[in-house]
Amino acid sequence: MIRYLKSREALLVGVILALIALIASRFPAFILPSNLVNVFTDTSPLIILAVGQAIVILTRCIDLSVAANLALTGMVCAMLNVAYPGLPIPFIIAVALMLGAVLGAINGILVWKLTIPPIVVTLGTLTIYRGIIFVISDGAWVNAHEMSAAFTGFPRAEILGLPVLAWLAILTAATFFVVIARTPLGRAFYAVGGNPHAAVYAGLNVGKTQFWAFVLSGTLAGLTGYLWVARYSVAYVDIAKGFELEVVAACVIGGIAIAGGAGTIMGAILGAIFLGIIKNALPVVGISPFWQLAISGAAIVIAVAFNARAGRAKGRIILKRAEAEAQA
Amino acid sequence: MNDTARHIPDRLQSPALKAFKSWETLLLAVAIAIFVTNSFLSPYFLNAWNLSDATFNFTEKAMIAFAMALLIIAGEIDLSVASIIALASTAMGAALQLDVGTWGLVAVGLGTGVLCGAFNGLMVTGLGLPSIVVTIGTMSLFRGISYIVLGDQGFRGYPSEFSFFGQGYVWWVISFEFVLFAGLAVLYYILLHRTNFGRAVYAIGNNPTGALFSGIRVARVRFILFLLTGLMAGVAAVCLTSRLGSTRPTIALGWELEVVTMVVLGGVNILGGSGSIPGVVIAAFVMGLVTFGLGLLNVPGIVMSIFIGCLLIGVIALPRLWAMRRT
Repeated sequence: MIRYLKSREALLVGVILALIALIASRFPAFILPSNLVNVFTDTSPLIILAVGQAIVILTRCIDLSVAANLALTGMVCAMLNVAYPGLPIPFIIAVALMLGAVLGAINGILVWKLTIPPIVVTLGTLTIYRGIIFVISDGAWVNAHEMSAAFTGFPRAEILGLPVLAWLAILTAATFFVVIARTPLGRAFYAVGGNPHAAVYAGLNVGKTQFWAFVLSGTLAGLTGYLWVARYSVAYVDIAKGFELEVVAACVIGGIAIAGGAGTIMGAILGAIFLGIIKNALPVVGISPFWQLAISGAAIVIAVAFNARAGRAKGRIILKRAEAEAQA
Repeated sequence: MNDTARHIPDRLQSPALKAFKSWETLLLAVAIAIFVTNSFLSPYFLNAWNLSDATFNFTEKAMIAFAMALLIIAGEIDLSVASIIALASTAMGAALQLDVGTWGLVAVGLGTGVLCGAFNGLMVTGLGLPSIVVTIGTMSLFRGISYIVLGDQGFRGYPSEFSFFGQGYVWWVISFEFVLFAGLAVLYYILLHRTNFGRAVYAIGNNPTGALFSGIRVARVRFILFLLTGLMAGVAAVCLTSRLGSTRPTIALGWELEVVTMVVLGGVNILGGSGSIPGVVIAAFVMGLVTFGLGLLNVPGIVMSIFIGCLLIGVIALPRLWAMRRT
């Protein structure tokens, strides 16, 4: 019980509640249920991407191409909708998932088969994917009036008071909660990131596990691509530009160790919610939205510094405890 | 002593053969091939002034790439360089509002760069944090500060003497930036290949623990490297701001990628431990000539970035694919 209270997740929940209380004390309208639903819905893309990124970081990799993947998949979905307005939404979603998976698999293959450092691979594919959007769209925008009502309506349709977009974030979180905790692949992500050499001796294929992490991250980015374009009813080359950093920030704030092997999906989700609240509170409190980039940057820097300190203290405590037990 | 049983050759390979097979030679051949192809593809390519213009495509990035090469050889990386440019440029713009003179502006630009580099270096060496995460964080932080200061506005109206750094010519078509680039190339060549400091950089990149036990002040060397990278970003900020004549928060957006690409293309191992300054110099020319050539053929900038992304992955992938084929 005490262990749970001391965990990063409990700390984050505390910080988030304190933050909400602080905002609510000045602006009570912020905690109206309808507004909280808005905040959560607005944060949903970040939550979905953070879950995928968390898995990638767990395996000691990093995926900087998620935002570019999102934008490319979103553009393809939008162009598909414009060209064939009759296509059913489930088909569009299937295309988004598959295209996202393929783009993720390209990263995965390069990391797995050619053992190129993930940061180099995804920095490269980031620019390539963005470039491809320009090539296929010719730099043109796909605007709201060109999209079909069903296409843009899907993420906004409400079920039990929550939009589909929010439900999808909850569904993604729940699914990966189970996948990570209860499946061999989920445990393999931790093993590969925690100690790759030990993972090899335990019979795991490190590269292949990392490959699957990239495929999952890509798939979720693809799904978010459709949702993003449909929600904002616009697709162009630069949508979600720089969003990959916010996703990494959510993970780092959520306690996912950048060196791999430590952290929880719950942490990443809470990290995303934390950033989401800040982002939505800024205009309410009257701070210019231009502050947002610096705030997420500062949050990353503070969170990594904090992670390093927390990790170090824990190691010492274990040693001290072991020493005390040895002397007793 | 049985001097017949053990025959140790004086040299494993003749130096000439080794040089011939090196990455730098291959790269030089590529550069020459691109040069020749370009001069056939576009009638405007072989013109002294056009070629002089082409050097602006890479001089500023290459200045950062020299310091970045040392940093990557030592096993670290700095992804915040483009954001340091933005912040340094913003600081210069802010100083301009206070009627600071040309040399004051230069000092502000370089000083901001050094401060940012020191911040990165302190986070990495002082707190023992991985440089990738720290600099991803400061990448948003530094540019974020620029956004806070500037919003959707910009600074302009730099003094006319200030424009010399980015637009001035030393002699005929030889620009000030090109001379600076060449001078820095020589300085970094000496620093990396001819000093104890340079040997320490290689040693740290190959084996940080071993380097520490052989008496190298690993943390200090790393810190100095971050400082140098920050300083070079400051130098690039002075040149770029002077060349553009204005400051916007989106200045040099995405340059970190091009700088890292330049370094890796130059044969520096992304995992640290090996690489050379001549390689980076040739890589700078290759990238500059390619972007200039594509520009003459009216290829849009974002399509060039596809090419640069492919180049980055390709130069690392090809040797590995080649090695896989042979085994």
